[in-house]
Amino acid sequence: MITITEKAAQHVASFLAKRGRGIGLRFGVRTSGCSGMAYKLEFVDAANPEDHIFESHGVKVLVDPKSLPYIDGTELDFTREGLNEGFKFNNPNIKDQCGCGESFNVL
Amino acid sequence: MALLQISEPGESTAPHEHRFAVGIDLGTTNSLVATVRSGMSVVLSDELGRSLLPSVVCYGPQGVLSVGFEAQTHQAVDPKNTIVSVKRFMGRGVKDIAHIETMPYDFIEAEGMVRLRTVAGVKSPVEVSAEILKVLKARAEAALGGVLAGAVITVPAYFDDAQRQATKDAALLAGLNVLRLLNEPTAAAIAYGLDNAAEGIYAVYDLGGGTFDISILKLSKGIFEVLSTGGDSALGGDDFDHRVYCWIIEQADLQPLSHSDARLLLTRAREAKEYLTYHGEAPITVRLGSGEYVDVKLSTEKFSEITRTLVQKTLTPTKKALRDAGLSVAEVNGVVMVGGSTRMPQIQHAVGELFNQEPLNNLDPDKVVALGAATQANLLAGNRASNEDWLLLDVIPLSLGLETMGGLTEKIIPRNSTIPVARAQEFTTFKDGQTAMVIHVVQGERELIADCRSLARFELRGIPPMAAGAARIRVSFQVDADGLLSVSARELTSGHEARVEVKPSYGLSDDEIAGMLKEGFTHASEDAFRRALREAQVEAQRLLEATQTALAEDAGLLSMLERAHIDSCVARLQAVLVGDDRRAIDAAMATLNQATGEFAARRMNQSVRRALSGRKISEIQI
Repeated sequence: MITITEKAAQHVASFLAKRGRGIGLRFGVRTSGCSGMAYKLEFVDAANPEDHIFESHGVKVLVDPKSLPYIDGTELDFTREGLNEGFKFNNPNIKDQCGCGESFNVL
Repeated sequence: MALLQISEPGESTAPHEHRFAVGIDLGTTNSLVATVRSGMSVVLSDELGRSLLPSVVCYGPQGVLSVGFEAQTHQAVDPKNTIVSVKRFMGRGVKDIAHIETMPYDFIEAEGMVRLRTVAGVKSPVEVSAEILKVLKARAEAALGGVLAGAVITVPAYFDDAQRQATKDAALLAGLNVLRLLNEPTAAAIAYGLDNAAEGIYAVYDLGGGTFDISILKLSKGIFEVLSTGGDSALGGDDFDHRVYCWIIEQADLQPLSHSDARLLLTRAREAKEYLTYHGEAPITVRLGSGEYVDVKLSTEKFSEITRTLVQKTLTPTKKALRDAGLSVAEVNGVVMVGGSTRMPQIQHAVGELFNQEPLNNLDPDKVVALGAATQANLLAGNRASNEDWLLLDVIPLSLGLETMGGLTEKIIPRNSTIPVARAQEFTTFKDGQTAMVIHVVQGERELIADCRSLARFELRGIPPMAAGAARIRVSFQVDADGLLSVSARELTSGHEARVEVKPSYGLSDDEIAGMLKEGFTHASEDAFRRALREAQVEAQRLLEATQTALAEDAGLLSMLERAHIDSCVARLQAVLVGDDRRAIDAAMATLNQATGEFAARRMNQSVRRALSGRKISEIQI
């Protein structure tokens, strides 16, 4: 189960609207980076048959089955830190992560 | 933890490998920085939420005191050390700067570019601009949470090479990696997505705080070409403020104002102007330091009336730019509005009327250039979406080439080549034992050097002495993404090399480029004739030299009669050579060739005999 905060959903919706196409957001992981796993966050133009689709606040979040175990239970949030703004993940599976949090390890 | 942005499908970057790129609008009055976030171009604001950075740098005894809004407040207090509109000085000498006598600065004439004496020492416009860029860079890095991979910086379309180079230098000084300099009108067109649109002609009307620029762009196959530019470097929103200011003084019948009252009134005038963009009438109430009280109302109609001549002053260069491009109003597919002053309804109306269509104005005219630059920067940094495989290209307006024997032009890079581009061609020596070669770099469409524009001249020395035509000299022309040309020549057997950096666009206006192009077309057949003649002359020269050398060496192989015949053929060729009858030259060459045919055969036999005599077959390697 992946959830997305209302604020994040609003931003995703507006990005999609601005982009002019796309059905939702793909959230997943890839192996790479300094601590093993890295998040990926992409627009989705077409869903794959095996995708898990979670919908909250009107936004579809698609997750491929192989990624799900690493991120199940994550909440996506959109925050502003100083002048920077972007997406942030509250992932309960994380064991440790690199200093900047772009890559992580699970149990 | 790091904050993530959404990527295009399949385009997620590896961790720590985000390529942050920004677009910078380095303006005369204000500057901005923008980037692409989650697929969207956004202007980055400072910690107070302000997106504009006034292009003002204030120097104190210790160095830079402040940049931007704070520096702006120093302008009245310390005008000599507060540099505004530094863009006007970029790459300019004292004599190039208009109204220099009215400026409060202490100018110093220096080679290449003017310098400014400030309390912090002598500063070049490049250094001042770098201070503005440093602030924008710091803002971008704070906003993106990382180091910038590069920046696209916009410059006016009419900027010549010295001005472009100065802008690039300022960026380097600020520690920015310049991905490309982009023409401001092109950036505005990109922001409106016109580069994705069909081919067509677009006009970009840019009325800023203190300058007006009009550019006519042609889009074809994803490439923007600047057809013509025009404008008025001393016309902008400030002039509209001033008209309102004068009107208030007249209406309220004010006595001569103190300096601070004048500034207060000017501020009120600007506020009234901005208010009128969305309202029919602007109330202006001020209590002046002199105790006088101003209470007037300015209506939209009155505002239009008092600024009519200013609006008209923008339309004249606009029409001229169209004429220069050889276009009529009906051929313009779209009009892009740039600059805060284009918010004024009377401007929108006048431009709409002139072009007979609604101008594009749904993007913030103050930000549109920066937004377009950010889109381009994102693309150049390699963050491009897979389905948007367009790449914006600039083209070379005039062919680049070099001079060959006979004063002929050899084009190396043809015009309309997209940049960056590199081309190389091999040349050889004309005379026996020639050890040096002059490389004369020219620009233009004509066949004869005399009709082209000379860019540079340099010498390649150290060519090993060889027979004419045996040396191999590779000449490479390279034009980088900013239109800067470097030419190198290398002798391939010895490795000797010489090179030169050239500024092809220096001092050439778009008008002149257009003129040179047109001449190339109208003189095409005449040029072709002259080229053929020169080629025949060069070939004849070569033949005469070869004949003379042979006669000097082996005159003994000829009978008196044969020698006389060859001499008469040589004389005939020499006689027709100076004329312009190519056929006569060709015919005389043919006769001489025929006359020397037997002589050449005998020389050949003789040298073979010399090579073989007294040697065994086994010693001769074939």
